[in-house]
This record gives sequence, C-alpha cells and structure tokens, in this order.
Amino acid sequence: MLSVDRVDVAIDSKRILEDVSLHVADGEIVAILGPSGSGKSTLLRAIAGLVDLADGDVRWDGQTIVGTPPHRRYFGLMFQGYALFPHMTVAGNVGFGLRMGRADDIDRRVSEALSWVGLDGFGPRQIDSLSGGEQQRVALARTLAPEPRLVMLDEPLGALDRNLRQQLVTDTRAVLEDREVTAIVVTHDREEAVALSDRLALMRGGTIVQTGRLEEILETPADDWVENFIS
Amino acid sequence: MRHTRQLTALIVALAIAVAGCGDGEPEQTGTPETLTILAHDSFADAVNDETFATFMEETGIAVEVLGGGDAGSMVNQAVLTKDNPLADVLFGIDDTFLSRAIEEEIFVVHESSLIDVVPESLREPENRVTPIDYGDVCFNYDKEYFADSGLDVPADLDELTADRYAGLITVEHPATSSPGLAFMLATIEQFGEDGWLDWWGEMKQSGINVVSDWETAYYTDFTRYGGESPIVMSYASSPPAEVIFAEEPLDEAPTGVIEAGCYRQTEYAGVLSGTDYTKSAGELVDFMLSVEFQERIPETWFVFPANQEAELPQTFVEHTIIPDDPADLAPELIAENRDAWIDEWIAVMEG
Amino acid sequence: MRRLRWGWVAVAAIPMVFIGYFFVYPLVRILGLGLSELSIGASGVEERLFRVGWFTVWQAVVSTILTFLAAAPLTWAVSTFQFRGRRVAMALATVPFVMPTIVVGAAFVALGFDESVVAILAAHVFFNVAVVVRTVSTLWSRIDPRILDAGRVLGASNWQVFRTLTLPLLRPALAAAASIVFLFTFTSFGVVLILGGFQYATLEVEIYRQAVDLFDLPLAATLAVVQLVGVSGALYWYSRYQERTAVAWTLERGTNLRRPRGRAKWGVATAVIGSLGLLAIPLGVLVGRSLSASFYRDLFSDDRVIGTPIASVGNSLLFAIIAMVLATSIGVLAATVITERSGSLSRWFDLTLMLPLGTSAVTIGFGFMVALDWPVDLRGSYWLVPIAHALVAIPFVVRSTVPTLRSVPAETREAAAVLGASPFRVWREVDLPLITRAGLIGAGFAFVISLGEFGATSFIARPNTATIPTMIFRLLGQPGASSLGMAMALSVVLAALTAGVVLTIDRARFGELGSF
Repeated sequence: MLSVDRVDVAIDSKRILEDVSLHVADGEIVAILGPSGSGKSTLLRAIAGLVDLADGDVRWDGQTIVGTPPHRRYFGLMFQGYALFPHMTVAGNVGFGLRMGRADDIDRRVSEALSWVGLDGFGPRQIDSLSGGEQQRVALARTLAPEPRLVMLDEPLGALDRNLRQQLVTDTRAVLEDREVTAIVVTHDREEAVALSDRLALMRGGTIVQTGRLEEILETPADDWVENFIS
Repeated sequence: MRHTRQLTALIVALAIAVAGCGDGEPEQTGTPETLTILAHDSFADAVNDETFATFMEETGIAVEVLGGGDAGSMVNQAVLTKDNPLADVLFGIDDTFLSRAIEEEIFVVHESSLIDVVPESLREPENRVTPIDYGDVCFNYDKEYFADSGLDVPADLDELTADRYAGLITVEHPATSSPGLAFMLATIEQFGEDGWLDWWGEMKQSGINVVSDWETAYYTDFTRYGGESPIVMSYASSPPAEVIFAEEPLDEAPTGVIEAGCYRQTEYAGVLSGTDYTKSAGELVDFMLSVEFQERIPETWFVFPANQEAELPQTFVEHTIIPDDPADLAPELIAENRDAWIDEWIAVMEG
Repeated sequence: MRRLRWGWVAVAAIPMVFIGYFFVYPLVRILGLGLSELSIGASGVEERLFRVGWFTVWQAVVSTILTFLAAAPLTWAVSTFQFRGRRVAMALATVPFVMPTIVVGAAFVALGFDESVVAILAAHVFFNVAVVVRTVSTLWSRIDPRILDAGRVLGASNWQVFRTLTLPLLRPALAAAASIVFLFTFTSFGVVLILGGFQYATLEVEIYRQAVDLFDLPLAATLAVVQLVGVSGALYWYSRYQERTAVAWTLERGTNLRRPRGRAKWGVATAVIGSLGLLAIPLGVLVGRSLSASFYRDLFSDDRVIGTPIASVGNSLLFAIIAMVLATSIGVLAATVITERSGSLSRWFDLTLMLPLGTSAVTIGFGFMVALDWPVDLRGSYWLVPIAHALVAIPFVVRSTVPTLRSVPAETREAAAVLGASPFRVWREVDLPLITRAGLIGAGFAFVISLGEFGATSFIARPNTATIPTMIFRLLGQPGASSLGMAMALSVVLAALTAGVVLTIDRARFGELGSF
C-alpha cells in the first residue's frame, strides 16, 4: 500500500507539487487525471524517487522510502516517451530489470512478459524497427517483467493514434488486471482514465483537488473547475 | 555502496602501481648502486651497454643516462631541480650555457686525477666542470660541386663575400640553432665587436641563406642533398660521418671542411651539488676522461676527445681536419652579450 | 541528488586527481618559480611581446579558417556518401596529423615554400585537416535524413538545406574541431620555427627561446601565463558557446550514408582525389627520399643508437596503447562528470581538461621535472611518456564523448534506475554502450596523438625508449646519406602504421555497430 503524505516538490526553486496526498491500496488502479502542466508526471517521479521532496513523506506499507534510491524501491515506471534503450534488443529491454534483480530464468520470463502484451517472438528485434504501438507494448512489458510492487504508467497511450488507443486501452487494462498489480496511471484523457482505473484523482496546479470514483465525483464535484473538467 | 568500494580499491591499486614505478629514495651511504647522468639527447641516445661497462666492473656501480632534450633544456632542468637533482652528474654543457650553470652553483668542484691530459685551453679554471670533448663548428663544402664548377674552395671569411660565392652559402639562425650561434660568435671573434656586423651586412647583400636549424641547412639546402648551397655551416666531424653513414661504402668523404670561420665548442661534465655521492660521481667523471672512454667518443658522438692521449679512429684522421686556431669566446662574455648580439644580428639581417 | 554523492565523488576523483597531479600541480610549481620575480617592464620587451602575441593570435585564426575550407570537400564526401575506399580515404587523411614537424617542414622547404607566413599556414592546414574531417564527419553522418528531407519538401534547395539545417545541427562538432585546431595552431612550435624563421615567432616559440636559450625564466613564465590566459579565454568562450547552442536531438544509431549517383559521383571523386592528392604531395617527398631498399633494411640493423631504429616502433606502439587506455578511461570518466553536473564547477573542470592542448611542451616538460618528485620520484620513469601523451589526448576523448552523452535523454537513465540499476549500473548499461562509438573515435585520436607527439616526449623519453618521432629526429641529427634515408624510411613506416591503426579502429567501430 502506497501512501503519499503532504508532499511538496520544488525544481529550481519553482514549486511543482504542493501538499499532495494520495493513497493507493494493494491491487488498486488509480488514475491521475489533469491538464498538462498540472504536475502529474512530477508526482510519479517523486514516488519513483527521481526527484527529491522538499517536504512530506512517501511510505510503502507504512515504512518511509524517502531515503531509498530509485533502484531499491522496486517500483515500475513507464515513461511517456517509453525511454527504451536504443542499443538493446526488445529482449534486452524487457529483461533489463530482471538482470538488475539477478533473477533466474530470465529468458523464460522475458518471453512470458512479451506474450502478456501480445508480442510473442519479438525478442531479437531491434528497437528502431518497431512501430509506435509495438514500442508501447515493449515499454509496458519492460515495466511489468520484474513484477514491481507498484506500476506507474505516464501517459501510456499518449502518442498513439486513436484506433490503436482504443485497442490498447483494453489490452493494457487486461494485462494490469491479470497481473493483479497495484498501479497509478497518469493521463490527461478522461475516457482513458476511466477505462484504465478503479478510482480517479483529479490534479490541478500541483495539487490533488479531488479523489474518488467517477460517479462520486460527478455527483459531488469539489468545485466548478472539477465540474467543467470532468463532464 | 559496493561500487564505491570498488572504485576506492581501484584508486589505491593505481596509486600503488604508480608508486611501484618510482625509484624510491636513495640510501644515504658511501657507495650508490646506481649513478645517474643527465645528458643532452644526442649523448644519451648513443649510450649502449658497453659505454660504461668497464666502470661498472671496476666499481660495481650501475650507470643510468637520462636524456634531457637539447643542451639548453638539459641545463635548465638541472638548474630547476637543483634542490632535488635528477642526477648525480651532468654531461654535455658547453660554453654558451656554462656561466648560467656556474652562477646557479649547481656544480661542486672536482679536480680530476686525469686533468693533466687535457689541453689547458679546454679547461675550466676552477675545476667546477671537467672538459670531456670538443667539437668544431665549421663550413662544409660539397666536393662534387666544386670539382664540376671549377670554383675554388674559399680560404677565409672575407673571401666568402665575393660575388662568385653569392647565393651559394647557407647558415643557421643564431637564435634558433646551436651551430648558428657558434658561427655568429666565430665572426665576432674574428672581426671584433666593431667589424662583425659589417661582414654580415655584406653577406646579406650577396644573398646568404639563413635557415632555422641544422637539419634543414644540411638535408634540404646543401647541394649534396639536392639543395642549392654547396657551402653550409655544419661540423668538422660531418665528413667522417658521411663516410660512416654512407648508403654504399665510400673511399673518400663527399664533403670537406673549410678551416676558416670555425668555432670550438667544448663539452663539460660536472658533479651536481645535490648528489649524495660526490666521491663516486667524481670517479664517474674521471672515467669519462679515461682513454677507453675517450676513444669511443669520435665514432659514437662525432666530437673529438679532450684527452690528448686518446687516438683518433682512421676515418677521422683521413676525412677531416682539426682547425689550428678556431674561435672560442669566454663563457662569461657570451652570457653577458649573447642576447644583445643576436638582436644586433637580427637588426642587420632581418631589419 | 544527495544520495549519489559518494559514487559521484569516486568517479570524479580519478580524472580530477590525474589532471590535478600531472597537469595543474606541475604547472603551478613551474609558473610559481618563474613568476616570483616578474620581468615585465624591461625595455623593448613589451614591443616584441605584442608583436609575438598578435602574430600568434592572427595566424591561429587564419589557419583555423583555412583548415576548415580545405577540409570541407573531403568532410562533405565522407559524411554524406558511402563509396569504395571511404575508410581508406579517412585513414590517409589522418596520416599528416602524426608526421613529425621536422620531416614535414623539410618536405615543405623542398617543395619550394620559402620561410614565409604562407608556408606556415599551408603546413598548419596540412597537419590539421584530419581533425576537422574526423570530428565533423562523425556527427554529420548521423544526422537523421528525415530532418533534411523535411527541409527539401518545404522547398529548400540543397544549398539552403545545408545552410539552414545541416550547418546549425553540426555546430557542436564544428565548434569542437575549431577549438582544437585553434589550440594546436595557437601553440604551434616546430612548424613556425622551421618555416617561419625567427621573424614569425609564436608565444610557444618565444617561451622556449626565453626559457631554454636565454634563461629568462621569469619572462618565459610571464609569457606562459599570457599564453594560458589566451587559451583559457578561447576555451571559456567555446564552452559558453557550446552550452548556449547545445540542442538535444537524438542521434541516429547508424550512419546515414548513401551511394553517390549522377553528378554527385563526380563531386565525390573530385573532392576525395583532390584533397588526398594535395595532402599526398608533401608525403610524396618523404617517400621519394626513402626509396632505396637499403634504407628500410638498415632500419633493422643499424646500431648507432641503442637498439635498432625499428625498435622505436615497438616503443611507440606500447606507449600509444598505454596512452590510449589512460586517455580513454580518464576522458570517459571526465565526460561523465561534466555531463552529470551542470554549472560552473563542471565548466571549469572541462576547461582545465582542455588546457594541456594549449600549454607549451616546455612548460609541461619543466613542470614535470620540478614537481613530480613527490610523493614518489617519477621524474625518470617511463610512465611519464604515456602520461604526457594522455594529457594531450584526453581533450579529444572528452570532446568526442560529451556531445553523445548530452544527447542521451535523462529518461533513458531514469528508466534504468527505476528498473533496479544502481548509478554505477546505469552508467555501465546505458551511458557506456551508448558512448562506445564516440569513445572509440577519441581512443583513435589518443593513439595517433601518442604516435606523433614529439615536444613533450623529447623532454622525458629515456634514450632506450625512443619513440618513432624522437628516433627520426635522432637520425636526422647526423650527417650521411643513410641517416637521411633511414629517417625518411622511418617516416614512411610511421605513416603506414598510422593509416593501418586508424583503419583498424574505424573497422572495429563499424563491426561494433551491429550490436547497437
């Protein structure tokens, strides 16, 4: 269970996150929904340990992880632009986390992860020979393969065309549910957020303005902005 | 932080590896294991296993030779490191640099037991340095050119200003070349401080060719190597070298030495004042004055032995001359005026 | 990032200690000795100083511009097209870079260049063409062709595409090549002495003259400081310029060379044959003078110096390998430090690493002798030779790897970290493989710099470890037809060796591409 508690983040003395709190229960998928520039990606980076907190606490199962470097948090983060390693094959990318964790049976687990995302047999392919949709799937498989205790997806479908997106929303949701992962999905698209998650967290100007299921938020919006944004 | 520890280990290993390559501090005892000679490259380069073998056998001391670049940079290194010297003995300092070294007090007085075999004219009066060899900087001429053209080989410097030699002479620049400087000094001694610049002025009129270094003068401008000057400033030992380093064996040297305008450079060895082994270092200097070592000198370094008892090899007897009365200025005079003379020379030649 | 500090310090420590102990410390010691008594104010000194300083600056600027113009056709051909002999052409163009100045100087004199500014400029171009060709083509050949196609589709002519897209994208490489050529020519020594006579002294020549011939250490130190200030100024401008113009753009994995067709074929042929032909003329003089089987045979048997002349090849190769390993590992670590942190500390570090390129060999050589007797006496050690070579080569490794490191998006590293890679593993798994290519280019430069270095080597090489250039110098120092012939033959060996090594490195680079 992840607890983000009154977190402040400043980059170059500019405040990006202010007093952000968020809780994600085991097995729950939460979507962070907000316009661009609202601090969604920074929140993921703060949870992953890629930016320092100015204030507040991030806990996993009640234990603070603030001093833990990113590589010891055992979280997964799928970057917006995928950040695939250009000098490795598909299998090299997907197996990277497993190699870092000195896992056994890496080859088998890599092909397994590829089959989750429907890319059986893609292991030896070069990254730059893949289409956009295939890259998205490789990035997802890479994030999931080490079976992290928390999966974070940053605009997982952002760069893809519409038809592909509809297809992949369904696929991604299925993969996340099959794996029973705890996940945070960041998106600016309401449909996507609803389709991918159990619960929404609305973000604006570096802070979370409301959390809850879609129906709850529609019923009792926190303010006018929420009402406009969500409907 | 495992990798931090690995890196630390790496740094430590590196430091130890580097430290292991140093020679460590010498023990402060009477006899060293090794004596080091700091010499200019042209000496150091030709040292081989045999050069100091006898000295090693007799004393049990190994001799190591460090090349210090050209003569000037070698002397500078000795001066700059006088508090913690690089070597025990310095070899190869000549008149042009001697005053500076003596002024800096880098030598201890050492009166060699063999000093009597050295002509008075070569010695340093206070024995701070010991003469080991001398070399004469002289005009060389291309025998074939003179035979073909029917021109006479000039006999003195005044003759060189004649029209028939116009455009046929190459010398080196006194500011950038050791033979160039030596020849400038030779003209100062011959014509005096009042007259030498007039001679150079006339030479400039007749188109004397000035190049920056000996290599260019000899291998590019000399007619023997395809250039346009049958007369170049070189060394008295160059003709024997032409025979020894010929492409095909030669009976006669293809070049000759002009006796006029020669300048004698004496090379000295001295015990460096920072050494812990003054006595052994002195013995090494003495060895360099011994007949055995001295007879090696001509064919190894192409200079002449200071020890008069040493015999010259046949190639030197046959193919060169030792000028009777070469120019030779006092080190103090050179040190005092060199810069000004060069400036005056430049004013005449390049102004 | 507080938690990275110890690892970072450890990585930063190696290049900093190296450059600090082997460059900054000797430099400070030797300048300190000289500057204790300043000698500005002596009559006539300023006038000559001004003349020398002015000549140093303008000839360096003009040489740099001319080198770029001369290198342009060949750079264009090898960066745009794939053709038979492309790699051989690049290897041959590198040969002049390592030729001893004394040999090239003699060749230029033999070609009828009299002592003049023209001769100096021509020789500078001859030596430095390779720097421009190699530095610029690395980047140029990897520009995404789609960017250029986009320009064409938008109606730009070939020339407009070049001027408005290619050239601006090449700016980092152009600036890097310009800074290196400028430094090399700013501190030119042998060329200026041999081809300039005494009228055209650079600061480097004047420092040598004052220190070595005239024993005016204070004046020499003052001049060395003037030179350092000039070099630092140029470098500071360069690093600011780099930062201002750095554009993050993803480099292509492979090169984007196409086969020349139609008119381009003739263009490539003219550019390659013309450029190599011009470079070959001075080299032809050497080959011509070396042509006699006996000269080559004597290289193996002549015993006038310790060992045989050919033994210098072994020494040179050994030193070059050590220098290459040193320069590459330290340069790559330094590049990591420079790109990891932005801000003034890393800028000054970067600048300090470049300084050895602009510091006179006399200053470095004397500095070593004055300073390196502590904590262990390294002054007579063989290691000083490859260390001195590495000092000069590190900037090449840094310059060729920093742009690539900067072009690696931060997210790629972060992705690895989130997947469980420690900072060290991130470096090893992401940065290192991505900069291998660039690092190899730097390594190649390090190798040939070591093969060709003469100035500092002549100060510190021991007689029985002569390198090829010092051996050539020795042979040329003695009269006799076989001395000259062997010196020329050894120069040809050096040229062949350089071409061979460069070709091998280039090939290794292409072989390694497959794993990208």
